Amino acid sequence: MYRREFLKMPIFVNKKEIVVPGDLLAEGEYKMGEGVFRQHDKYYATIIGIADLKGNIISVVPLRGNYIPRINDIVIGKIVEVSLTSWRVDINAPYFATLRAAHALDRKIDIVKDSLKRYYDIGDVIIAKIISFERGEPPLLTTKENGLGKLVGGTLMPIHPTRVPRLIGRKGSMINLLKKETGCKIRIGQNGYVWFLCRRPEIEQLLIRAISKIEREAHTEGLTDRIKDFIQQEKMQIERGESK
Amino acid sequence: MSESEKKVILVTDEGIRTDGRKVDELRPIKLEVGVLSRADGSAFIQQGGNKILAAVYGPRELHPRHLALPDKAYLRCTYRMATFSVDERKSPAPSRREIELSKIIKEALEPALFLEYFPNSVIDVYIQVLQADGGTRCASVTAAALALADAGIPMRDLVTACAVGKADGRIILDLNDIEDKEGDADIPIAMMPQLKRITLLQMDGHLTEKEFQEAINLGINGIMRIYEMQKRALREKYLKIREEVVGAEKSEPKAKNNENTNESKSKGDEKE
Repeated sequence: MYRREFLKMPIFVNKKEIVVPGDLLAEGEYKMGEGVFRQHDKYYATIIGIADLKGNIISVVPLRGNYIPRINDIVIGKIVEVSLTSWRVDINAPYFATLRAAHALDRKIDIVKDSLKRYYDIGDVIIAKIISFERGEPPLLTTKENGLGKLVGGTLMPIHPTRVPRLIGRKGSMINLLKKETGCKIRIGQNGYVWFLCRRPEIEQLLIRAISKIEREAHTEGLTDRIKDFIQQEKMQIERGESK
Repeated sequence: MSESEKKVILVTDEGIRTDGRKVDELRPIKLEVGVLSRADGSAFIQQGGNKILAAVYGPRELHPRHLALPDKAYLRCTYRMATFSVDERKSPAPSRREIELSKIIKEALEPALFLEYFPNSVIDVYIQVLQADGGTRCASVTAAALALADAGIPMRDLVTACAVGKADGRIILDLNDIEDKEGDADIPIAMMPQLKRITLLQMDGHLTEKEFQEAINLGINGIMRIYEMQKRALREKYLKIREEVVGAEKSEPKAKNNENTNESKSKGDEKE
């Protein structure tokens, strides 16, 4: 597809081809995206994923791998420890995150009289943004922006972190489809936690099945349309079951 | 040991070995990726009589904390043999040999990994030998590399391993249990095939310099063949799902979304 020998910059894989570590991707002058490493003027894949070329940037979209924090990511986490001035949060990463009181509350609190437990206690689920992740330090969170904070009720579903972009879809197409078709409140963390609150348990079961299907078939074509069909069919079945 | 004292003939004059293989033939190899759902990555290898499972967890929080390295992830390899994996029951306590193999497998895998991406964390590699038939360290490295790739850990290349040796004056590839024990030499080799870098080389026995050269070349030849199988096994897992989905579309075309399915189908054809 992209054999550009005339530029002396050949590419050895097709777009959307599945590549594994050590596969030769291209030769010449490219910019490196995720999952690529360079030796002399040859570019190799470092992870299992799907080869991608955007402009001059060659990259591999990962199919596997744990979540690694990045600045500005929205994540969903569980409070695991409350100290005098901060919380420790499990964000499904190799490192626990820290949420300082100053990044969660609007005003100063008197740590002699008041306790942070009153705001977020152990086991609470929060949605937060990563504001810093320096080498050797735990990632820092904030909940001070719009829409961030404690998530009350609902269900927390872990999915594979590499499937999150597919679950959101291009410009949010997939997530908007799910919200529209099921009527549930859905929040997605980049770290692979999905939180949702549905009115009816049958619809919630349907949503879980749909998300599982997206997770499994993330690297296939025409997924949004298949999911739309899937939900509409399942919904019809639920309604039929009720009318009987 | 002189020729007359020897009890078994390992290689006949025609160059046929105890299990019917030629001198440069590998044992039948079966590789499977993603066999364990709880692990972040996993692989199973069957190489002749060897049956080995490898599971990878991480990068994750390291306990005990004092092992953490501030500049890179800690790679922790654990090689264990099941009590029923050998003829005589193996004691379940970790033996000297198992601890040594854990160390050399770790050192064979380490150069391939970008450990510096994950400071202060750990990548755990658990290798469980269910059935042993000679050359388990090589089969373990092959399986562990697949499990690491399956876990999505960035690697410079896969690591592939194969043993070569000498028996009855012939250089032989991929020793089995009896050739390992009764033969004259055993050389396990692990390397990153694409980058042409050897990460593990041990030798047990005696070889002349010329024989050693010949053995290394034969070993690299075997490694290249296993490498192709490794890459195929990794891809297969995802291609299967892709085919399943395309197949499902073909079997039940929907009137409403006909245009869309046709479009995505033709796209799929282009790829192949």
